[in-house]
Amino acid sequence: MTVNLSKMSCIEFQDRMAEYIGSGEDLSEHPHLKDCADCRALLADLKTIAEAARQLFPSVEPPDEVWEHIESAIKRGA
Amino acid sequence: MSDATPTQSSQRSRGNGSEAAAQGTTAAKSMTAQPPNTADAEVLARAQAGDHHAFAHLYALHKRRIYSLCLRMVGNVAEAEDLTQEAFLQLHRKIATFRGDSAFSTWLHRLAINVVLMQLRKKGLSLISLDEAMEPSPEEGPSRSFGAPDLTLTGTIDRLVLERAIADLPAGYRLIFILHDVEGFEHNEIATMLDCSIGNSKSQLHKARLKLRDALRAQNRQEARP
Repeated sequence: MTVNLSKMSCIEFQDRMAEYIGSGEDLSEHPHLKDCADCRALLADLKTIAEAARQLFPSVEPPDEVWEHIESAIKRGA
Repeated sequence: MSDATPTQSSQRSRGNGSEAAAQGTTAAKSMTAQPPNTADAEVLARAQAGDHHAFAHLYALHKRRIYSLCLRMVGNVAEAEDLTQEAFLQLHRKIATFRGDSAFSTWLHRLAINVVLMQLRKKGLSLISLDEAMEPSPEEGPSRSFGAPDLTLTGTIDRLVLERAIADLPAGYRLIFILHDVEGFEHNEIATMLDCSIGNSKSQLHKARLKLRDALRAQNRQEARP
């Protein structure tokens, strides 16, 4: 079944949004977004949230004590 | 404790058991994560054969990502340290069973995720298995979300509010969101880690993002009230 992308409702578009975003496709050129300010705002928000989350959680090293505990437990046969 | 470089540690790795263990400690503390290569495969094989220094090397390669994942999931340093310790102890017990059906890091993440989920269950969250993590109850799901332009979040996300919103996500949503949007795993890797379909991973990620947006918009509305 083919889908008329430009005539998609917001519900239809949002139902497919996970698939679109997961595919890595550039959604900015999607026909539905050209006519729909609400879904454009939604997409912008989701991108903003993902970017903010990446900045929120920097990758960190565990303290050396963690390895020391692991090593002790291994030696004890835990 | 010496400051041996990774190269020095590797060159000395074929010593006796206690020496290797001591050097393993150094190696675990001095190396950082690198992409998988032939040398890593060799280290993995040696660790599977019981070489302690090789196991320490594996710890050094993967400790940052596993600890960061634990910390992002539980939001507590002491708890994240305990979970990291438990994940690597389980790795030590199970490493011989790794058959290479997936990437080692994916397999290790799956193991760590199970440790984290077990901890969340102990804390009384209604979360028993990965299946349940992937199937939050309907009332926990996001509402269908429409965004009026005047309520767009762009440029207005408060760090603390986002942190709280992520912490408040159902554990399954939080896990997928962190693995994909923060850790940068692909959906096919997440599907392997969580034993779900790629479509399920995409769908859960989308729901997590919508739920975060709901929470952030609610906060914005609250602040906009006179």
